[in-house]
Amino acid sequence: MAIVTLVVELKDKPGQLAKVIEPVSKHRGNILSIIHQREKKTDRVPVEISIEIDEKNVQKLVESIRAQGVVVKSYNEVRLTATTSVMLIGHIIHTDLANTIDAVDRTGFAEVVEMHISMPCLDKPSTAMVTISATGEEELKKAIGSLKNICKKKGIAVIEPLEVE
Amino acid sequence: MKIAIFGFGAVGRGVAKVLMDRERMSRVLGDYSVVAVADSRGSMVSDSVDLRKALEFKEKTGRLPEGMSVEEIIENVDFDVALELTPTNIETGEPGLTHIKKCLEKGAHVVTSNKGPLVVAYRELERLARKKGVRLMFEATVGGAMPVIKLIRRNLAGNRIESIKGILNGTCNYILSRMEREKLSYRQILAEAKELGIAEANESYDVEGIDSAAKLVILANAVMGMDVKFEDVEVNGITEITPEAFEIALEKGYTIRLIAEVSESELKVGPRLVSLNNPLCVHGTLNAMLIQTDLAGEVFVIGRGAGSVETASAVISDLADIRACSDDL
Repeated sequence: MAIVTLVVELKDKPGQLAKVIEPVSKHRGNILSIIHQREKKTDRVPVEISIEIDEKNVQKLVESIRAQGVVVKSYNEVRLTATTSVMLIGHIIHTDLANTIDAVDRTGFAEVVEMHISMPCLDKPSTAMVTISATGEEELKKAIGSLKNICKKKGIAVIEPLEVE
Repeated sequence: MKIAIFGFGAVGRGVAKVLMDRERMSRVLGDYSVVAVADSRGSMVSDSVDLRKALEFKEKTGRLPEGMSVEEIIENVDFDVALELTPTNIETGEPGLTHIKKCLEKGAHVVTSNKGPLVVAYRELERLARKKGVRLMFEATVGGAMPVIKLIRRNLAGNRIESIKGILNGTCNYILSRMEREKLSYRQILAEAKELGIAEANESYDVEGIDSAAKLVILANAVMGMDVKFEDVEVNGITEITPEAFEIALEKGYTIRLIAEVSESELKVGPRLVSLNNPLCVHGTLNAMLIQTDLAGEVFVIGRGAGSVETASAVISDLADIRACSDDL
C-alpha cells in the first residue's frame, strides 16, 4: 500500500468533490484526509487529498480523475519508508482493538501493516506485536506517540522499540 | 588520608574488607587510616579503627558497638574524606543528605554510594562542594562497579553526550533475561530471585523502575548538564510483562529489557524492545550502558551493577581519584 497526496483544483460550486471521490472509491482507495486550501483560492479552490491506495492503482486513479475534467495539479506517491514494531500488553481485544489501531491509521502518514496477538486465556492480558509503517522516521515517532496516548487511556502497556529502524 | 565510613551495610562492609588489604590499597591511596566507622545504631572511633573487629562485631550482633552518632563524629572527629554509604531514600535523601552537607561544610571530601542525596539535591551539593573546595564523588551510585561517571567526565572529556541508554538495574535484567530463556511467568521468576537474594523482599523499588529512574536523574544532572528531578522521569516497570511477550518479540528479532534513557528530548525508564544484536541485550544481573557522543561516537560499557565488593571497587576508585588530585593527601 502507498499513501498518495493529490492536489486537485475544483470549481467553487456544489458537486465538484464527488468527481474526485468517485474514482477513489472505484480504485479501492481509502481517503485519509481532505483539506480545502481556501486561502489559495483563485477562480478555483485547491484541495489536498490524502489517499491510501494500492501502488498499482495510483496511475489509473489520476487518469480517471482527469477524465472527469478535474485539474490534477500535483500528486506524489509517498511510500511507507520507516517501519518498526511496538508491543502492546493488556486487555487489547476488549478495549476496541479497531479503535486502537485507528489511532495510527488515522494519522494519514502511518498505518498498522501487521499484527500478531497472543491470547493465552480469557480474562488474562493479551500480548500483541504491532508493526507500523510510516512515511518517515519523524512520522513513525508521531504515530507511536498517538498509539501510546490511546493505550494509556485504555490501560494498555506499550513497549516501544529502543531504536526506530 | 583519614577516612570516616558512614553506613556499614553490604557496601560499607565491602569497602572495609577491601581497605583491609593495606599493601594493595596503599599503592593507590598512600598512607591511610580509617578513623571512624558508624552505622545507624553505633560506631567505632579511634586513630586507626580495627576493621576486622568492626566486621566481626557487626556480623555477630547485626550492629556496631554503642558510640558516637554519625553527626557527632562529623562534629568532633578529624577526617579528610567521608564515605557516605547509608541506605538510599529518594524522597528525602536522608540521612545521607544531612551527612553529606555537614561533611562538605566542614571541608571534608565525600565519596558516596547513596543515590538519595544526589537525586534530591544534586545542584545544591555540587555548589557546596565547589564553594568549600572539596570533592563530591559518586561513581558507585550508577552502574555499581561499571565505570560511568569518571569515564564520561574524564575519559570522554570534551565530548558532547547526546544520549545515554542503559540497563541500570540488575534485578530487572535478571528477571527479564530468565523470562526470555525459560518462558516462565514474571511471578515465578521473581519468587526465585527473592530466594536467591537477587531481588529484595520488597521488590517494588527495583521492578517498578524507581531505582533505574533515580540513577537516570543522577546521570542527567551530573554528566549531561541537565537540571531534572525524579518527578520529571517517565517511569514504567516490568511487572506487566507476559511470558508470551518474549516469544512474539523474538519473531521480529527482539527481546525485552528495562532501559533507562536520557537525551535532550527523552527522560524515561521502561521496558523496551531491544534488537538481539544490540549490545544492550545483556543477560543475568549485568548492567550495561551505551553512551552516544559527538566526537567519540558510541561507547559501550558493561559490568556488574551491584554487589558488596563490586560497589566497593567504585568507592575505592573515587578515593584514589581524590588522592591523585589533592596535593595534601
